[in-house]
Amino acid sequence: MTDITHASPGRPNSILAPDDRTRRRNAAEARFRLYGILAIGVAILALIFLLTSVVRNGAGAFTQTYISLEVALPADKLDKNGNRDPAEMAKVSTFGYKPLIKAAIQDAMAAQGIAIDGLKKPESLVSEDAAAQIRNYVLAHPEVIGGSRTFDMLASGRIDGFYKGRVTMQSAERDSNVSPEQLRLADALKEAGLVETRFNWNFILWPDASENRPEAAGLGVAIIGSLYMMFVVLALALPIGVAASIYLEEFAPRNWFTDLIEVNISNLAAVPSIVYGILGLALFINFGGLPQSAPIVGGLVLSLMTLPRIIIPARAAIQAVPPSIREAALGVGASKMQTVFHHVLPLAAPGILTGLIIGLAQALGETAPLLLIGMVAFVRDFPAAPPEGLFDPATALPVQIYNWTQRSDPAFVERASGAIIVLLVFLIVMNAVAIVLRRRFERRW
Amino acid sequence: MAVGLITLIVLLIGAAGFVAGRSRALTTAGGDIRKLHSLPGYSGQAVLVFAVAPALILMAFWLVFQPLYVETRVAGMIDAADIAEGSSQNLVMSDVRRIATGLDAAIGQGVLSADDLARIHAAPDDIRSRLGEVGIAVGSDIRPGVLRAAEEYRRVTGMLRGAMSVAVIGLSLAGAAFAYTRLSPEFRARNVSETAVRMLLLLASCVAILTTAGIVLSLLFESAHFFRLYPWQDFLFNATWNPQFRGGSDLGILPLLWGTLYVSFVALLFAVPIGLMAAIYMAEYATRRVRSVVKPLIEILAGIPTIVYGLFALITVGPLLRDYFAEPMGLGNSSSSVMTAGLVMGIMLIPFVSSLSDDIINAVPQSLRDGSYGLGATKSETIRQVIVPAALPGVIGAILLAASRAIGETMIVVMGAGASAKLSVNPFEAMTTITVKIVSQLTGDTEFASPETLVAFALGLSLFVVTLGLNILALWIVRRYREQYE
Repeated sequence: MTDITHASPGRPNSILAPDDRTRRRNAAEARFRLYGILAIGVAILALIFLLTSVVRNGAGAFTQTYISLEVALPADKLDKNGNRDPAEMAKVSTFGYKPLIKAAIQDAMAAQGIAIDGLKKPESLVSEDAAAQIRNYVLAHPEVIGGSRTFDMLASGRIDGFYKGRVTMQSAERDSNVSPEQLRLADALKEAGLVETRFNWNFILWPDASENRPEAAGLGVAIIGSLYMMFVVLALALPIGVAASIYLEEFAPRNWFTDLIEVNISNLAAVPSIVYGILGLALFINFGGLPQSAPIVGGLVLSLMTLPRIIIPARAAIQAVPPSIREAALGVGASKMQTVFHHVLPLAAPGILTGLIIGLAQALGETAPLLLIGMVAFVRDFPAAPPEGLFDPATALPVQIYNWTQRSDPAFVERASGAIIVLLVFLIVMNAVAIVLRRRFERRW
Repeated sequence: MAVGLITLIVLLIGAAGFVAGRSRALTTAGGDIRKLHSLPGYSGQAVLVFAVAPALILMAFWLVFQPLYVETRVAGMIDAADIAEGSSQNLVMSDVRRIATGLDAAIGQGVLSADDLARIHAAPDDIRSRLGEVGIAVGSDIRPGVLRAAEEYRRVTGMLRGAMSVAVIGLSLAGAAFAYTRLSPEFRARNVSETAVRMLLLLASCVAILTTAGIVLSLLFESAHFFRLYPWQDFLFNATWNPQFRGGSDLGILPLLWGTLYVSFVALLFAVPIGLMAAIYMAEYATRRVRSVVKPLIEILAGIPTIVYGLFALITVGPLLRDYFAEPMGLGNSSSSVMTAGLVMGIMLIPFVSSLSDDIINAVPQSLRDGSYGLGATKSETIRQVIVPAALPGVIGAILLAASRAIGETMIVVMGAGASAKLSVNPFEAMTTITVKIVSQLTGDTEFASPETLVAFALGLSLFVVTLGLNILALWIVRRYREQYE
């Protein structure tokens, strides 16, 4: 661009010293590069921000505060007639066990010499779930009646929140569910070694709990429901997807019908997931008469949704098998079908499997279609073992998360974030398996 | 006999046929496998195919047509007098069906014996409580005519069911026997088995067409139902959305459409520049090592489920935007807003835009770059004036695909955008979208007769049409562009 023969005025004749225009162009170049770096930086920062926010909010769900108290189990309250008949003892509802917990706390306070002015309702330190816990234990072991026993009881959601920083003395003053005096009592009990915080297996194993017992809510039913649905997706989408890819890649003649199938598959991959929910509602529930909230319906909907996402990578994997393999097999007298099933399919299997796992991972995280087929219902009972269990009401991991975010108690936000960590762990494991498979078995021809 | 049991029996016949066919092929060849046209396993498979395929096809047709036949037959038995005031033939028929299943269940559980059934006409009131015992609730009083129809329904269904078991199992046995007798060393068993497998493969690939047909039909059918109850002009042009469960609702799509487009616009405004610049940097500037780290990191964003983004919007981004932007600027005090949903959705869309654009930029021929450098252009000048214009149709296709994702996205807007339908330009106000309203109209107790519920199908149809149109347009643009360099 420099004109050597005719230097214009104001421009130095040296190519070593950059002139104004070159400097401007170089600056523009540097700016442009910076924009690129900034864009990538924003994207990665957003990822980090997203993950840290979820982990910070959700880590608390994995620990839980427990209060261990020695509860006296007087026979005159729990078994008036004294003949230890389970049917008679079952007449004492959880309501009848609440005074025992109150007495236990007062005993503990007396034993430790704790006295707090203005303390009301010390028993609300303990979760409402504790009464049911003691009742179940007593019904299972009638011989403990008349003595006493130490129970590890869940602390109520607010006390639990106090040790996780969600509840403070200031916030407790404005809260109708907890008072600063109760928090002081909790602190005193902690000093006495009666309150401790430990890892919370119940979060993964227990079913959901009602609105006012966030401390007892768990993911058990949701995990089982999700597993059942993944099982249905695996059983349906894998064979159908692989068969469809084989047909389209190896057998389909070039005609309008094949084109129609291909156009359909690529469009289905882009249909919004909620439309599949509408399809499931109209087709499987209203028309087919299948029950709402059942994993089978969720599995069917997710299968239809995952199908194009399995077919596309499976076709690519089959396409990647070089024609020489097919020609060699045909050359030694194999039929077309034998060539495909004995040679092409085994060689394409790692690629198909990778696509399958990624498709399953997407299906596992899908929420919107499941909302429409009634999986938002509150389900506390574990579904039976398959195949009958596939028709029992259940919920799913992502739907459970959504469900918890709709509840008013802030402790449920922590639960929802914790559940997201569980979901992400599942997804990371699945994707890692897919990556390992790809690294380990992928062939470059 | 139950359908599952019949299927199992047919499969067992098939398995037995497989074993028998295999050994017969070997015997006909005198134990010398070389005399056979096909390997003995194929002979077994041929018998299996003949035993299973016709029987199962017959059963499928039977299951579809039997209810149709029974309904028309039983419907003739119901007099006009049996149809109560405010009821219809359909409702009475559904009562008939429910009573028939109830009777079956009652007999199955032993609440009702066959003798009781004969005497039940004497006390038709009794049957309601009996059915209640087995968990089948029958709404109104059972009229004698309806009860008779239910019994007829039960009788005909039971009879046909029995006939079906016999026919299907008989056909299965006949098919197996037919194929078995045909076996000989010359029998082309492999061709039979391969044709069957090929049909199966074809059937599997037709599932895609069936799914599309299912989506379109269910949307059209229920939407037509809706438009019979609610005029389509009001749906398309009414500017208020105000469903009332007592009737007299305003169900105009305009506020929802506005919310949808506004949120998508904000999302694209955020995602397109970032995604595009990231793609350009990765395709043109980044070293191989940087690329191998950054590209998977950005693609993680695409693998995160939308519920995670939704929660992020709800508990982090929403309050942040409200406390630091909306409230100081006096623009509102709602943590769910167009901005919240748009921003979070923008993060979700970055990898869509960037990976698609990355592919498209890489597809621009190197000769264009070399030509530009040869004329003395810097790298950024080459990108801006040569590569981006050359890649533009593809990039626009990528943006359209991202837009279609944004319009169909549900969880982020359900949790981040709010639920109030209004036409406003303030991005910090809560607005709502088509997908949010589909979810809210269809969750909970759904009664499929009111326009307030059925509107969800019309909304779904609009959503389907819009996203499908965008996808087709995008694919068309991308394909047209690709043809230029190939």
